[in-house]
Amino acid sequence: MTHILLRHRDIPDINTLNVYKKNGGFAAFKKAVTKMKPAEVTEVVKNSGLRGRGGAGFPTGMKWAFIDKNNWPHYVVANADESEPGTFKDREIMEGNPFQFLEGVAIASYAIGANAAYVYLRGEFWELAAFLDEKIAEMEEAGYLGEDLFGTDYSLKIYTHLGAGAYICGEETALLESLEGKRGQPRVRPPFPPSYGLYGKPTIVNNVETLTNVPLILANGADWYKSMGTVDSAGVKIFSLSGRVRKPGNYELPFGTTFRQLIYEYGMGIQEGRPVKAIMPAGASSSLIAVDDKVLDTPMDYAAVRTLGADLGSASVIVLDDTVSMDWVVNKTIHFFKHESCGKCTTCREGNYWMRNLTERIHSGKGTGADVDLLLNVAKQMQGKCLCALGEFSTMAVVTGIERFPQDFKQAVRSNS
Amino acid sequence: MSLEKKYPKEVKQLLAKYPPEHKRSAVMPLLYLAQREEGYITREAMQDIARILEITETEVASIVGFYTLYHDKKEGKYRMQVCTDLPCALRGADEFLDNLCANLGIKVGETTEDGLVTLESVMCLAACDRAPMFQTQGPRRHQVSRVHDRGPHHGIGRGVEEE
Ligand SMILES: Cc1cc2nc3c(=O)[nH]c(=O)nc-3n(C[C@H](O)[C@H](O)[C@H](O)COP(=O)(O)O)c2cc1C
Ligand code: FES
Repeated sequence: MTHILLRHRDIPDINTLNVYKKNGGFAAFKKAVTKMKPAEVTEVVKNSGLRGRGGAGFPTGMKWAFIDKNNWPHYVVANADESEPGTFKDREIMEGNPFQFLEGVAIASYAIGANAAYVYLRGEFWELAAFLDEKIAEMEEAGYLGEDLFGTDYSLKIYTHLGAGAYICGEETALLESLEGKRGQPRVRPPFPPSYGLYGKPTIVNNVETLTNVPLILANGADWYKSMGTVDSAGVKIFSLSGRVRKPGNYELPFGTTFRQLIYEYGMGIQEGRPVKAIMPAGASSSLIAVDDKVLDTPMDYAAVRTLGADLGSASVIVLDDTVSMDWVVNKTIHFFKHESCGKCTTCREGNYWMRNLTERIHSGKGTGADVDLLLNVAKQMQGKCLCALGEFSTMAVVTGIERFPQDFKQAVRSNS
Repeated sequence: MSLEKKYPKEVKQLLAKYPPEHKRSAVMPLLYLAQREEGYITREAMQDIARILEITETEVASIVGFYTLYHDKKEGKYRMQVCTDLPCALRGADEFLDNLCANLGIKVGETTEDGLVTLESVMCLAACDRAPMFQTQGPRRHQVSRVHDRGPHHGIGRGVEEE
C-alpha cells in the first residue's frame, strides 16, 4: 500500500521542499487560499469523516466549525506533545514528512482565520523543533508563509514552542496554559478552546497526525478519504505497535484492520512464538483487553474497539504475551501516572499516591488480598471525579487488570493470603 | 553577565515569537537558553528572566519546579536518560538500566565521581520501537545530544567521554 501520511517511506527526500513540491506539495494550501472560502475548507474536512488522532476521536471539521467568530484573533495549535507511553507516530511524521504536516497546519489556520499558529512539541523533541524551524524558514522563503500569501491579503506565521517534560501538557487546556508561560495544569471546562483558548482567544488544538491528513483530503476530496477505513472511522491511521512483538514500529493502515493482521502480518508475531495474553490499544491509558480469537479478529476502529471494553485512543498498541503478569503491568502504569499527575486536583494526586503504594506492595510480594480489593476500590472511587482525563486514564489498567486477570493478582499475593 | 547581555540576539528572537502583550510565553524558551551552558539554571538567570518578562522571580521558580527538564542545581555534565516505561520494560529496559548502574558504579539519580554522568530513569521518550531506548543530554546543544538505538550494555561511560 502506498502511504498517505508516512509518504517518506515511498518517496525519498520528501522532507526537502523541492521534492515535496514536485509531489503536489502546497497545491492544496494554494487552492484553499486562492479559490475557496474558509467555510468551504471546513466543509470538505467535515465531509471526509476525519476524526482527531490525539485520542478522543472528535470529528475535526465539526471542531473547526465551532470556532467563535465574534472574538478575534484566532489561533491554531498543533499538539506535538506525544507523551503517551507507546506512542511514537508524530515523531516519525515530523521527521519524515514535515512539510505535509506544516501544510496541514496552514490549511487549518486558513479555515479558521488564524494568522498565527504554534506547534507545541514535547521538550525531548528539541532537535526536531530545530529541524521544523528550518522547514518553516524554507516555507517563508518560498512564499508559503508570511504576508499576503499567493497575492491575497491572507498572512500566516508558524512558530514552534518546546515543552519541558510533563505528560499533562498533552491535554489541550494544560498545553495552552504551558504555552502562555504558566505551569501546565488543565483548565476547568467549559469553556472549550474553540471559544476560549490561547490567551483567552478562540483556538483550535489538533494532533499532528490529524493535521497531516488535511492536505491530501483537500487535494483528493472528501469521498476519496471516506472510501478508506470503515463507516465509523474514515481513512487511515498510524498504529504504533510495541511490546512483545517481533517487529515493533509504526504501521499506517486503514481503520478496520484487525488486531490479528497488525500483530501477525505487520508485527511478525510474538517473540519466541508465544501467545498474546493482553492488548493495550491506547498506550498506558488503556484498558487491558484479555485476548482470545474474537478479540484478534476485531477490526480496529473507534466503535469496534469499544465493544471490547476499551478505547482505541491514539492507537498505540502495546502487546503483552503470556510471560507478563498484570500486577507488574499495573505497577508500571501507576508509576507513570503517579509521576505525571499534575497535582491540581486532589482525587488524581492523592488517588495515584495511594495506588502507587498498593501496586508496589502487591508487586513486591508483600501485599494481601485485602490490598488488591483496596486498590480496586480506590481506582473505582476516582472514576468520574477528576478534573481532567489523566486521573481517569490512571484507573483504566488497574480496574480492568484486576477484573479481567484476577488470577495474576491472586498469584502475586499468594504468600500472604 | 546578564542573560540579555550574553545572548542579545537569541533573547530578541525568542520574544518575537509571541504577541508583545503576552511575552510571558517566552519563559520556557528563555529557561532553556539559561540552561544551555551549565546544564542548570542559576538564581541570577531566574532574576534576569523575571525582569525581562515583567513577572516575579517566584513565578519563574515555580515554572522551573513544575517541569522535569529544568534543573536548578549542578549535576553531571551529561545526563544519561534511560526509559523504563512499560513498552521499553517489555523489551528489557529494567535489566539494561541495572547493567548500566553496575558499569558506571552509581545508582539512579547519582552522578559519577568524575562529575561526568548523571544517571536518570525516565518516562516514555516516544521511540518505543527502538526499545530499550535511552538518550544522552549534554551541554553542547541546549538539550539532548543524541538518541541511541539499542546501545551497548557496557563501555557507555567511555563513549560519552570521547564525544
Ligand atoms: C492526559 C492527556 C494527555 C494527552 N496527550 C496528548 C498528546 O500527547 N498528543 C495529542 O495530540 N493529544 C493528547 N491529548 C488529547 C488532547 O487533549 C486533545 O484532545 C487533542 O490534542 C485534540 O486533537 P485532535 O482532535 O486532533 O485529536 C491528551 C489528553 C489528555 C487528557
Ligand atoms: S516506552 Fe521507552 S520510548 Fe516509549
